[in-house]
Amino acid sequence: MRKVLIIGATSAIAEATARILAGRGDALYLVARNPARLSAVAADLTVRGSPRVSSEVLDANDLAGHEAMLVRAEAFLGGYDTVLIAHGTLSDQKACEQSVELALREINTNGLSVIALLTRVAARLEQQRAGTIAVISSVAGDRGRGSNYVYGSAKALVTAYLSGLRQRLAKVGVNVVTIKPGFVDTPMTAAFPKGPLWARPEAVAAGIVQAIDRRKNTVYLPGFWWPIMLVIRAIPERVFVRLSL
Amino acid sequence: MASRVISSWGNVIHAHHLLLGLHSRYDSFPAAPTGTTVLPFGNGRSYGDSCLNVGGALLQTRSLDRFIHFDRASGVLACEAGVLLSDILQLVVPAGWFLPVVPGTCYVTVGGAIANDVHGKNHHQAGSFGRHLRRFEVLRSDGTRLACSPTENSEWFAATVGGLGLTGVVTSAELQLRRIPGPYLDVESIRFGHLDEFFSLCDESERDFEYTVAWIDCLGRGKHLGRGILQRANHATRPASGAAAPRKLSVPFPLPVSFVNPLSLRVFNTVHYHRQRARRRSSSEYFQGFFFPLDGILHWNRLYGPRGFYQYQCVVPAATGREATAELLQAIARSGLGSFLAVLKRFGAAPSPGMLSFSREGVTLALDFPNKGERVKRLFEVLDGIVSRAGGALYPAKDGRMPGAMFRGGYPRWQEFSHYIDPSSSSSFWRRVTEDA
Repeated sequence: MRKVLIIGATSAIAEATARILAGRGDALYLVARNPARLSAVAADLTVRGSPRVSSEVLDANDLAGHEAMLVRAEAFLGGYDTVLIAHGTLSDQKACEQSVELALREINTNGLSVIALLTRVAARLEQQRAGTIAVISSVAGDRGRGSNYVYGSAKALVTAYLSGLRQRLAKVGVNVVTIKPGFVDTPMTAAFPKGPLWARPEAVAAGIVQAIDRRKNTVYLPGFWWPIMLVIRAIPERVFVRLSL
Repeated sequence: MASRVISSWGNVIHAHHLLLGLHSRYDSFPAAPTGTTVLPFGNGRSYGDSCLNVGGALLQTRSLDRFIHFDRASGVLACEAGVLLSDILQLVVPAGWFLPVVPGTCYVTVGGAIANDVHGKNHHQAGSFGRHLRRFEVLRSDGTRLACSPTENSEWFAATVGGLGLTGVVTSAELQLRRIPGPYLDVESIRFGHLDEFFSLCDESERDFEYTVAWIDCLGRGKHLGRGILQRANHATRPASGAAAPRKLSVPFPLPVSFVNPLSLRVFNTVHYHRQRARRRSSSEYFQGFFFPLDGILHWNRLYGPRGFYQYQCVVPAATGREATAELLQAIARSGLGSFLAVLKRFGAAPSPGMLSFSREGVTLALDFPNKGERVKRLFEVLDGIVSRAGGALYPAKDGRMPGAMFRGGYPRWQEFSHYIDPSSSSSFWRRVTEDA
């Protein structure tokens, strides 16, 4: 039985992941912003088989609240061995271009709040010399694109941070998984027209659980995003600048 | 707001719909552009146009897929309305419980099962799905939330059960499960040579067997009229050990032509009837194979090719049932149309709770027909005449073509029902069957 802390537990990908974990009998501590949705998710995971579920309402941008939350999670679970950080917002790129405040808020939510959490969580797991940290970054963090670079740069920050953290924690046997989903059909992307590149949250969740179990380091989900991003990263900047992506 | 081409299970209509989402049962009713009507849409397993709203919006409910509570001692289960029956069975069967009523596919949502007040092979004992609902919540477009049960807001309960999604969107429901000794069924299959024998087998079976259903050779005529195989079954005590999960087949892509044609039809029906050598055969079947044989083939509707198919499901009252069924089968056999799966079942007397519920005491016959244009339409008109004269009705969940007058004749409470329709709601089906009233 794993003891799992999930931040952003009402996000579609996190919820689908938690269902798999609940079905296997893992204990769960769930953190999210919206109290009604969070209690609905917690009740569902209890019915689906998790022997121990508790939840707490917290906005990830409330950095001062992180420490107390982590202490409560640790107390409830009796220490955690797996942490999944899954919160985020999909930024409105056009609006961010017009508003410093909005752009920085998106960077805070998708980037800095994650770094804040990771700093505390890493210290704990480093001390216990075991465990897994899995964080949902994005293919958008692999290269800044005109259509989505505020969100993308926040995710790039997360990806780079995780890469360094992985090196540091590998020495003590703590695994760090960077999860890079492509387009996922979730409430966050409800307004987008869907094509063949879109994946269901359940499929992404299965990939996340597998990556955690097999102690992977970076996973693209679904896997076909790996070659796609390989190509996108390889395009010379003078060509890339003329593309509309 | 996204717009996408949506088709129903019959694949006859493919039309653009505006798509609205509901991601939590606590969400407010989403706003549609002024003048746009909204229809809740679950898993799209209705055959015709009762789950479509061409020119309007669909409110997708599949993401309301959370369980709320499950009492393993009492068998009371509450969940959001987008949960599939297959998800419920996966959860409750290992705990020794089963849904009180299941239709022929487990890939329908709870909301869809309520909106169509679905029935199953145990109708003669259990009645329709709606009879086992303890309560549900309806969200109206003005934001009102109605807690409905047989005793609370009972008129809204009666309107919403079988109400085709028109009274608002069901967000959650609580239902009473039934105990089972295990995931198997003891099944007896009995071959019968004529329709008369079907009725005597029903008389003989309905007291002691919880589930009864017959497959009919829809090409049988004369002394073979209505020949078929009756299955009767009870949940079995056999332990679950060695339970082989059934293999999933799939029709992976839309087929360019229909694989259902007069030749394949004759071959299938003759072989299927004669495959069972002995008059009686007993077997033990895993519940999925018994209740949902077609769910074993994903996208089986694609077998009918790009033009799709219609299902014709009628019920005729018990008093006229025998003669009307014989007439229907004669007309179908004469036409040479029809399909692999003609299903005949006698409904019991337990009243269905919905104003527009389909199931009622009598005999129900269901057949698929490839969409072959005029020929099939002419046959349907003949069948409509027989059903109407017998005082019967067609099943909206399966229908994509019945005349408005036929609907109104079969559902005499439709005007009373229409007072409960949400002001924002409409469907292609509802417009079709009421606009000429």
